[in-house]
Amino acid sequence: MSYLAGEDMHGGYGGADILRGCSVSVARGEIVVIVGPNGAGKSTAMKALFGMVRLRRGEVRLDGDPIGRLTPQDRVKRGMAFVPQTGNIFATLSVRENLEMGAFLRRDDISDSIERVFDLFPVLGEKHRQLAGELSGGQRQQVAIARALMTRPDVLMLDEPTAGVSPIVMDELFDRILEIRRAGIAILMVEQNARQALAIADRGFVLVTGKNRYTDSGQALLANPEVRRSFLGG
Amino acid sequence: MPVDLVNALVLLANFVVVPAIAYGSQLALGALGITLVYGILRFANFSHGDLMAFGTMATILATWQLQGWGIGLGVLPTAMLALPAGIVAAVLAALAADRTVFRFYRIRRSSPMVLSIASVGVMFVLNGLVRVIIGPDDRSFADGTRYLLNARQFKEATGLAEGLTVRTSQLLTLAVAVVAVAALFWFLRRTRAGKAMRAYSDNEDLALLSGVEPGRVVLTTWVIAASLAAVAGSLYGLDKSFQPFTYMQLLLPMFAAAIVGGIGQPHGAIAGGFLVAFSEIALTYPYRKFLRYLLPEDMQPDGLMQLLSTDYKLSVSFVILVVVLLWRPTGLFRGRVL
Repeated sequence: MSYLAGEDMHGGYGGADILRGCSVSVARGEIVVIVGPNGAGKSTAMKALFGMVRLRRGEVRLDGDPIGRLTPQDRVKRGMAFVPQTGNIFATLSVRENLEMGAFLRRDDISDSIERVFDLFPVLGEKHRQLAGELSGGQRQQVAIARALMTRPDVLMLDEPTAGVSPIVMDELFDRILEIRRAGIAILMVEQNARQALAIADRGFVLVTGKNRYTDSGQALLANPEVRRSFLGG
Repeated sequence: MPVDLVNALVLLANFVVVPAIAYGSQLALGALGITLVYGILRFANFSHGDLMAFGTMATILATWQLQGWGIGLGVLPTAMLALPAGIVAAVLAALAADRTVFRFYRIRRSSPMVLSIASVGVMFVLNGLVRVIIGPDDRSFADGTRYLLNARQFKEATGLAEGLTVRTSQLLTLAVAVVAVAALFWFLRRTRAGKAMRAYSDNEDLALLSGVEPGRVVLTTWVIAASLAAVAGSLYGLDKSFQPFTYMQLLLPMFAAAIVGGIGQPHGAIAGGFLVAFSEIALTYPYRKFLRYLLPEDMQPDGLMQLLSTDYKLSVSFVILVVVLLWRPTGLFRGRVL
């Protein structure tokens, strides 16, 4: 049973629809990756799930409840967390303050969560007093993911978490994401590095021009010769 | 140290350093309000000078009332006791302006330029209100002991030819500014609301995603900026005197201070305030007497040795502003570009 699902989504930013009947879903403890060529609507689909794109048709369900009318902020309160592709950290705040802002809505003691995040990303523990804007690209992505985890979400949505980082850092980030999944969190991500992302994914959605083209397990998509030829560069 | 050199330095301290520290503190408090409003609400608020005048006016009215009741603070000016009234009045004026004018444009997501122009309107309204309520004339409201250290005492104590005076209002300005700035930084660094303000200023979208309530951030910003404005204006009025139009003129040095420091950067506004104050006073001070102490008889200047006439005081901040915008638009501390 999928925890978060967008069903038959149509919509865009005004003007022509970018999403034209696309459906994506993710279950608890599952990593789902959305791949596809540029302009396929991958990020738009993600934003639609989070309420940042108006849907003309279709519905978004969280744990079975329709949430299509909730604002992004209300979706955060319902246990959804989103890491945008850009502007995903507070550059002039320290690493620890970034985490505190992530937990802004929580009124309980957050020191446990901070400890757990530092266990997951040890480098952040070492640099917790440093300004987030002074960190390297990979470390910033870690701050961004860590900030999102501070709300103790049930669903974590990542928009191209490995954009602009080196292959080694990318592998490292994917390892961390696998670890986050073990806590039973549903993880949905959009990725340019499709091959590597599908390798760690339980399921993948291949979108083309705002519609679902292929849906299968990550391994099956990697093995599918058509998918390989058209979307994974051979 | 030769006596002439000491006399020269005392002269400089008396006419440049001490007044510039007081004036710099007043500018810094004003510039802090401007920089906070810019950082959070993202527009240059031209009504800040008249917000200062409005708060000061309330302080003066309360001071007169207290004086009428015979309540005073002894050595300190009664205005210190009346300051809360000024703060409350300035905060209410700022919130009224936000509710009636700025909020409308904020909700429509108007461009910063539109908001700035709207703030010019608010400026004229506040200015008019102040003139109607208290009148356009010079108002004096300083009482208490005027001098902490006067020239005669200093001369007698040290045997120097030059005297050093420190007025109560000058030391009070510095002390209040230090307390206000320390409190502001503590608030921004340590409290939940302060961190939310910084986060909102840094990355509005992400702050919203983190659950920061924009309305509350805006409210906090106005309360702080208006409080600082009332404090800065009252201190300026105590130190000089109160005339509504001088506060409108303070707008330029305060903006110069905020921009020199890097707009949106609180510590930049403080540095900028002192930089502008020292430049204004050092460039318009006549150095004849100072040089007479230092130079041999045959090299003594005849002229005033004044780089700029005091009539051009305002142009100093204008030049600083232009230079910074041309060569380093982000300011000393890498703020935002206006």
